[in-house]
Amino acid sequence: MSSRFDGELLEVSMGPQHPSTHGVFRMNVALEGEIVRKLKPVFGYLHRNHEKIGENASYLGSMPYTDRLDYFCSMTNNWAYALSVEKLAGIEVPERAEYLRVILAELTRLQNHASFLGFLLSDMGAWGTPLMYAFREREKILDLFESLSGSRMMCDYMRFGGCRVEADADWLGRAKKIVDLFPKFLDEFEQLILQNEIVIARTQNVGKLSADLAINAGISGPMLRASGVNYDIRKVDGYGFYPRFKFRIPLGDHGDTYDRLMMRALEMRESVEILKQALAQIQPGPIVNPKVKIRAFRPPIGEAYGRIEGPKGELGFYLISDGGPNPYRYRVRPPSFINLTVLEDLCLGHTVADVMVILGSVDIVMGEVDR
Amino acid sequence: MIGTGILKGMAVTLRNFAGSYFEKDRLITVQYPEERNPLPENYRNFPILIYDTDDAEAGLRCVACKICEKECPPQCIYIIKSDDKKPDYMGKPQFYPKVFDIDISVCMSCQICVEVCPFEAIKMDKDFELSKRERFDALLFRKEELSKSNEYYHRIHPVEAAAVDANLAEAAAAAEAKKKAAAAAAAAAAKPTPATSNATTTSAPGSTSAPAKAPPESSSPTASKQ
Repeated sequence: MSSRFDGELLEVSMGPQHPSTHGVFRMNVALEGEIVRKLKPVFGYLHRNHEKIGENASYLGSMPYTDRLDYFCSMTNNWAYALSVEKLAGIEVPERAEYLRVILAELTRLQNHASFLGFLLSDMGAWGTPLMYAFREREKILDLFESLSGSRMMCDYMRFGGCRVEADADWLGRAKKIVDLFPKFLDEFEQLILQNEIVIARTQNVGKLSADLAINAGISGPMLRASGVNYDIRKVDGYGFYPRFKFRIPLGDHGDTYDRLMMRALEMRESVEILKQALAQIQPGPIVNPKVKIRAFRPPIGEAYGRIEGPKGELGFYLISDGGPNPYRYRVRPPSFINLTVLEDLCLGHTVADVMVILGSVDIVMGEVDR
Repeated sequence: MIGTGILKGMAVTLRNFAGSYFEKDRLITVQYPEERNPLPENYRNFPILIYDTDDAEAGLRCVACKICEKECPPQCIYIIKSDDKKPDYMGKPQFYPKVFDIDISVCMSCQICVEVCPFEAIKMDKDFELSKRERFDALLFRKEELSKSNEYYHRIHPVEAAAVDANLAEAAAAAEAKKKAAAAAAAAAAKPTPATSNATTTSAPGSTSAPAKAPPESSSPTASKQ
């Protein structure tokens, strides 16, 4: 294989304004005919100094900024950040707040995976229909988020030691209704795409990721489990109240794009199970730890790493406190950025058209990749 | 057989298309400018300043303590404190903001200013149709544009506003009771001693210290609410 960008290889710059690159992502692809021989990702177009801003803002002041990391899943971003600050300062969270967090995180997973399937299908050329069906369901969940937190996507809902707004019985009833109807959408969606011969031809044996490479590259989330590695932080760490719920971890066999697609479809069914249990078990009580001050919050000197199983993978925040009102160091471990590192390995030997499908199956959001 | 999967998918789209004529939950598009979904109670957009009574100048709850300016993550609030004091709606002399600007183009609607305000003075608006024709300072809202009456606040957030009013009334009653107790204590302290000019000066700080303690009192119900 030639690595020279000379007459034999054609260099194509895909992005940053390409409609299928999920934002401002750019790939320099070297092609031999239509086969990808080299792929160099270029990013940073959406870089906005998130970590440095976090070091200059107060601990609470960084919370709304975390919404803007992965703007599809602001609830789980909030939770990961709140979890690491709670670890740093040793804050207890009331029981009802933990249940609410689980409910909101699983609702986030549902809407993230639903829109993932829609986007992946539109990357394959099914413009419109699957994405609109997915967004119809997503909109119901976003309406729930809006009526609880005040904003559809920039929720800013979690606080250190709890949650900001009480979810009343009416809200929980609406959530229950949406959760109960969600499997109906899943059945319909699976009938729409999963047996489709074009989908199967475009995804099976495309972009295979071996378990060894996945572990060595630090891949996490559904992409890792699609390669057959049983690693889910909800089970490993047991943060929140996840050990109280009964749910299974779907695992893939081949690590190809089809497995990554199926992984999301199966995970949504497990999320529905968790949601049903959580909505049945939730009890009235306080939603925030009254000892935590909103103003002049200063955790003790120390460092902490809080991580959760976000919809895209392991999302972690690493904080070092020097006892002041701002973190001394604020570091994000973004799942979609680290999952993107194996893109070249996945794409080599496939055609240009497959690159878009493989990129879509990684499930990236540029707000999180570039930060 | 090749093609059955595609046909099954087509059946789903056909069912959705036909269903959109009969089933209400399949027809979800709202024709926005003509039709509008009601906004939820908790919906938030940009901050506004609340004033009591009819006078936007005199009734403004803000006392220019600058806490929101300090806590605002994107630093979009700009306050200049007044040099003189004027009586607020409860009759206490307070500072007031000479300048209170919020750059709406910088604000990210995070609600932290609302959470840290100890005086229930800054709240979130629901008005989202804010496009402007001017290029420069039309989105820099001055104090006059930000000031909204308590009735307006009740109209946009009825449940929250009622809770805030109850908290404020409670705090005012507590402050009033404290003032009366302090005055009674001062009178009781003044009685045994001969009625000289000295006694009136000792009672004066006692009566003024009660309103000075009022802000922490009024902030504690807010903290528990959150």
